[in-house]
Amino acid sequence: MDISSLLLAVICLLGIGIYAVLVARNLIKVIVGLQVLVKGAMLALIAAGQIAGQPEVGESLALTVIVADTIVAVVGLALAVQVRRRFGTLDIKALSTLRR
Amino acid sequence: MFVQILIVAGLLVCAVQAIRSKRLLLSALWLAGASALVALEMYLLGAPEVAVIELSVGAGLVTVLFVFAINIAGEEDMSALPVVPRPMARIFVLISVVLLAWMNLEVLGLQVAVIEPLYFKTVLWQNRLLDVYLQMVLIFTGVLGVLGIMAEPHPSSRRTAEHGQHAGLEAKEQR
Repeated sequence: MDISSLLLAVICLLGIGIYAVLVARNLIKVIVGLQVLVKGAMLALIAAGQIAGQPEVGESLALTVIVADTIVAVVGLALAVQVRRRFGTLDIKALSTLRR
Repeated sequence: MFVQILIVAGLLVCAVQAIRSKRLLLSALWLAGASALVALEMYLLGAPEVAVIELSVGAGLVTVLFVFAINIAGEEDMSALPVVPRPMARIFVLISVVLLAWMNLEVLGLQVAVIEPLYFKTVLWQNRLLDVYLQMVLIFTGVLGVLGIMAEPHPSSRRTAEHGQHAGLEAKEQR
C-alpha cells in the first residue's frame, strides 16, 4: 500500500474521531472518540517517519503516543466513574448545568 | 497490497461502529477491533515493536479498563440530541478533513530522504530519553487513574451523590 492511501485512511480516522468528540453526549463515548482520533495520529506518525526516511523516530514517537493515549483513557474513565457516582449521570449537557 | 486495503477498510468500519453503537460495551469491543487492526497495519508497515505494544496495551489493557468502567458506571440511554447539532458537526469535520488533505498534498510530492539508518532501541533509549522519562511519569499517573476507577465514594459524599442522582433524573425528565 502506498503512503497516499495510508494518509487517506489516517484523515478518515481523524474525521471520525473529531465527529465523535463533537456529537457524543455520553462521557465514555467521548473517550472512545478520543481513542479513535489518537489511532489516526499514531498511524500518521509512523507514515511520517517513513516519508522522512527515519522510521525509527516515527516509531519512537508513536510509542510515546500509545502510553499517553492509554493514560488519557484511564484518567478519563476514572473521571467518568466518579462523575457517575457523584451526579448519577454521564450526560455532558446535564453535567454542565448541575450544581452541587 | 490487497490485504492492507482490507485491513484499512476494516479499521474504518470498526471506528465508525465504535462511535455509532448505542451500547457502550459494544463500542468498547469495536474499539478493541480497531486497535487490533491498527496493530496489524503497523506490523505490515515495518514497525513490529510498536505493533506489539499497541496490540497488548491498546487492544488489551484499554479494553479491559473500558469494560471494567462500563460495568461500574452502567449503561445509560443517550438518544437525546447532541450538544453540537449534527449538521454543524459534519460541516466542521468536512472542513478539518479538507484542510488535512490539503496539507498532506505537499508531503506526497516529497522524495523519501535517505538518511543513515538507526536502530529503534538507539533512538528510544538515547536520542529520545526525555520521552522515556515522560512515559514513566505518565505510567504513575495511570496507576493513580486506576485507583480513581476503583475508589469507593466517601461516606460524607453519599448524600451529595443521592442528591446528584435526583437532579440528574430531573434533568432527564426536563429533556
